[in-house]
Amino acid sequence: MPKKGVQQMKHLLGIEELSKEDILYILNLATPMKDIILREVKKVPTLRGKIIATLFYEPSTRTKNSFELAAKLMSADLVSVGVSTSSVQKGESLKDTIYTLEAMGVDAIVIRHSRNGVPNYLSSFSHASIINAGDGQHEHPSQALLDLFTIQEHKGHIEGLKVLIVGDIMHSRVAKSNIYALNKLGAKVVVSGPPTLIPNEVREYAEICYSLDEAIKDVDVVNVLRLQLERQQTGLINSLQEYHRFYGLTSERVKHAKNDLLVLHPGPMNRGVEIDEDVAYSEKSAINEQVSNGVAVRMAIYYMLMGGKEQ
Amino acid sequence: MAELREKAKILDDNDMRRAIARLAHEILEKNQGAQDLMLVGIRRRGIPLAQRLQEEITSIENVTVPVGELDITLYRDDLSMLGPHPIVHQTVIPKAVDGTTVVLVDDVIYTGRTVRAGLDALFDLGRPKAVQLCVLIDRGHRELPIRPDFTGKNVPTSQKEVIEVHVKEIDGEDAVYIMEKVENN
Repeated sequence: MPKKGVQQMKHLLGIEELSKEDILYILNLATPMKDIILREVKKVPTLRGKIIATLFYEPSTRTKNSFELAAKLMSADLVSVGVSTSSVQKGESLKDTIYTLEAMGVDAIVIRHSRNGVPNYLSSFSHASIINAGDGQHEHPSQALLDLFTIQEHKGHIEGLKVLIVGDIMHSRVAKSNIYALNKLGAKVVVSGPPTLIPNEVREYAEICYSLDEAIKDVDVVNVLRLQLERQQTGLINSLQEYHRFYGLTSERVKHAKNDLLVLHPGPMNRGVEIDEDVAYSEKSAINEQVSNGVAVRMAIYYMLMGGKEQ
Repeated sequence: MAELREKAKILDDNDMRRAIARLAHEILEKNQGAQDLMLVGIRRRGIPLAQRLQEEITSIENVTVPVGELDITLYRDDLSMLGPHPIVHQTVIPKAVDGTTVVLVDDVIYTGRTVRAGLDALFDLGRPKAVQLCVLIDRGHRELPIRPDFTGKNVPTSQKEVIEVHVKEIDGEDAVYIMEKVENN
């Protein structure tokens, strides 16, 4: 069984629990990690002898592969639990699955689950580090960290920037984690989207602007959220065409924005719904860079949780 | 709690300047010039020392050899024994190491574990023709079969002692001290 460590931080559950210094520490670590990805020998021995498990109860290609690749680049061994082919299908409880992984000597478990707060629950009894890779509508901390890292690379700083988040703010864990993180680092956040998808409580952290045409004018960064197509069935939006007309990031809208606007999207994109192809592949877009930055940031997260320990 | 007390100053700024000048001559003599040479400083105090060797080599040979910076944090074998979360810095190598003679530069050699990590880090960047090791102070107590090619000064120490190398760029002065651990209370 892995020893119960006494690291400063054992789990990564959400951005809400992190301090400004924690966030900056991870962003600073991500720079040397990115250098490793870009060189010829893409591997360091830092986590040799550690085991990392990925446990995804929701589909994901980007996040899962990114966490798994990051583990391999740092020389950790990987257990990738395929939920659809595992004992989970035989009714094994989450708790037993964690105990099983622990008994195999796993040092960290990367988990995605459709229920809010599952990582927090697991951290209450798990000896392994729990890393939240997205829980319900709660948080997606690694996505927010990679978005911030990408912004910092392009703009040189985060503090004082005006960042617009467009889309389904209500149901989005990406939005929530980003809003917490940007607030902590001193950026100004504006949110835009249909009134049915913006909760009133967000006012505490962000300015609300229901008109994207207005909101886009003076921001430095726009983070376009993926529209979950099933929202249409619940009646929260009328049609995808209408959504695109009011909230799609089109090249026409981008023309009215600042010249150095940075466009982000967590992926996977619905082209022609929340973003147009010509914007997604324009010079202003860092969407592909977000993918490589994601690996670097996840390496930094592993290093923070498992690299150095207090004696 | 153990505190450090200065026991002796073993090099002052002039001693250090002369030692570095001699090391530069030795490096050039052994390599018959500065052809294909690269100096790579191990973070942190190896870097200013590598830069000074570069200046000395320029004044002797009239060629500027490239200087790189190596961060070995991710290659250490004692990560879990260090304090919480050592900072990782960027490794900056100005040109491909393939085919060059790399002189690794560090302030102090002790157990040899830092150099071992440095060699691993270096070989992940390419295939140098040869690697040589230059240190300002050799304080003994090696735990690995590693030996410097160029040594500024041999200083026999006890394991209770600590060598502190100060450089102007980081510490505001050039000097080397032997410090002693004192138990207080």
